[in-house]
Amino acid sequence: MAKETKTLNLNFGPQHPAAHGVLRLILQLDGEIVEKADPHIGLLHRGTEKLIENKTYTQAVPYFDRLDYVAPMNQEHAFALAIEKILKIEVPIRAQYIRVMFCEIGRILSHILNVTTQAMDVGALTPTLWGFEEREILMGFYEKVSGSRLHANYFRAGGVHQDLPKGLDKEIGKFCERFPKIINDLELLLTDNRIFKQRNVDIGVVSKQDALDYSFSGVMLRGSGVPWDLRKSQPYDCYEQFEFKIPVGKNGDCYDRYLCRIEEMKESVNIINQCLANLPVGPIKTDDGKISPPPKKEIKQSMEALIHHFKLYTEGYRVDEDEIYTAVEAPKGEFGVYLISDGSSKPYKCKIRAPGFSHLQAMDYLIKGHMLADVPAVLGSMDIVFGEVDR
Amino acid sequence: MQNIQDLEKILNSELNTKIKSSLIKHNQIYLKIDEADLIKVILFLKTNSKTKFRQLIDITAVDYPENEIRFKLIYLLLSHEFNQRIIIEIDIKEKDIVGSITSIFPAANWMEREVFDMYGIDFKDHPDLRRILTDYGFKGHPLRKDFPLTGHNEVRYSHETKKVIYEPVKLEQNYRNFDYESPWEGTKYIKEQTKE
Repeated sequence: MAKETKTLNLNFGPQHPAAHGVLRLILQLDGEIVEKADPHIGLLHRGTEKLIENKTYTQAVPYFDRLDYVAPMNQEHAFALAIEKILKIEVPIRAQYIRVMFCEIGRILSHILNVTTQAMDVGALTPTLWGFEEREILMGFYEKVSGSRLHANYFRAGGVHQDLPKGLDKEIGKFCERFPKIINDLELLLTDNRIFKQRNVDIGVVSKQDALDYSFSGVMLRGSGVPWDLRKSQPYDCYEQFEFKIPVGKNGDCYDRYLCRIEEMKESVNIINQCLANLPVGPIKTDDGKISPPPKKEIKQSMEALIHHFKLYTEGYRVDEDEIYTAVEAPKGEFGVYLISDGSSKPYKCKIRAPGFSHLQAMDYLIKGHMLADVPAVLGSMDIVFGEVDR
Repeated sequence: MQNIQDLEKILNSELNTKIKSSLIKHNQIYLKIDEADLIKVILFLKTNSKTKFRQLIDITAVDYPENEIRFKLIYLLLSHEFNQRIIIEIDIKEKDIVGSITSIFPAANWMEREVFDMYGIDFKDHPDLRRILTDYGFKGHPLRKDFPLTGHNEVRYSHETKKVIYEPVKLEQNYRNFDYESPWEGTKYIKEQTKE
């Protein structure tokens, strides 16, 4: 007698710790094999793009922190670059160095979180505890420079909000001396770990062609063997001045993506070290009074500075009519801003291109034929953060 | 990096009648085409060995409610081989139905769903055109300019019925949109002055 089989519909999430946020995944299971995955997203949709259309350019910056909230400054960077290109603002070299340095700190922040939580999803708890200690220190740097640990609101069109406080560069330098050892410790726990490898090698394999077709970017693309990094191929700010390598995977599975992230952290430390060694002195934002607010000291003395201050914090600066797409290499992939300005002080449209959106879309393709237990492993290696997917 | 001017020439000669206008700005090519040619042009850009725009970056729309041709659809493509970006624009009316490019780029699936959700633009031959980012049972298209910032409904937990209920938005204080616009010169003026 033939056995009757029946597919089972399983609701994964929206409140599942391995979903890395509010993902509702409807899985069609045949026994333990996943036949179809239908991700339902939007549970964290806050209407960021609509809100930005109703705010001035300066007021729009904090919304970018709240997209991918594990690497906030990288996203502010894309928005700042878009405005700078339209207004043709020259960013002082010191500001560029500071921005690059904090973008790399953001990359380490994001990769620590991803690598360690991916390990936790497949059963290893210790890396998370070790990694989060380091994240705490990095967020301390964020706090020292911007006043807040997570939502920095630090980058501005034309530079950064304020200069590094005294002694911060030395502290970051000390961290960079110590951190490679921590990466080593993490690697000792994971890279050759039998269980970690069994759970990740040959899981969620993406071929080169499919990675392109599904609009993958960042580690998801490089893990499959496509050497593409916007910091190298379309350098922005002063990335051309640094020497760093782009780690590229071979097999396109979860394990290769993990290895890429580990190597990228090492390269980031390398870039930060180069920044610190050559940190120029000088202004940290453009001196154009129509765009960046005057220093507090001047407001007390100069009428013009007072007027500028008042106008910048009520009306805001205006941006000429134009449209532009700018992208940066955020830790998760290509983060882009498509900005349409209409000559007023508010953007007419600001479309945010989040890398996680296209990655999550491929969930069905990646997980088909895998076991249910592989769902968290694949999700973990995609590096999904719902702040940016849902916007 | 292939020269961007050369690339524009190649596009203009190969696609001549299909291109309404082309422009190079900010080191990117802006193409304007007709809705009817969309699929052919995208397929050409993806497969031709001189262009190789093999990655779709994003699809989005822009709303101009005062125009008769209300929407502008935008397709962003990237060529890794030649390190170039292209921005394709098509103008469409409110009720127009646009051909879906999911058969060329599978990544277009969710992007088109998002445009449908946010702007209410329909796509022909799309395998699964559902809302994506908004709530289940949501009405309206939030990114249209005539959609209010506050939305129409708000959600709260009701102690009487012991469940989450939807009600029309009630604001304690009206949404205030201050008019700060002034005859202040803005940024253009200072740049012209420094040039002199």
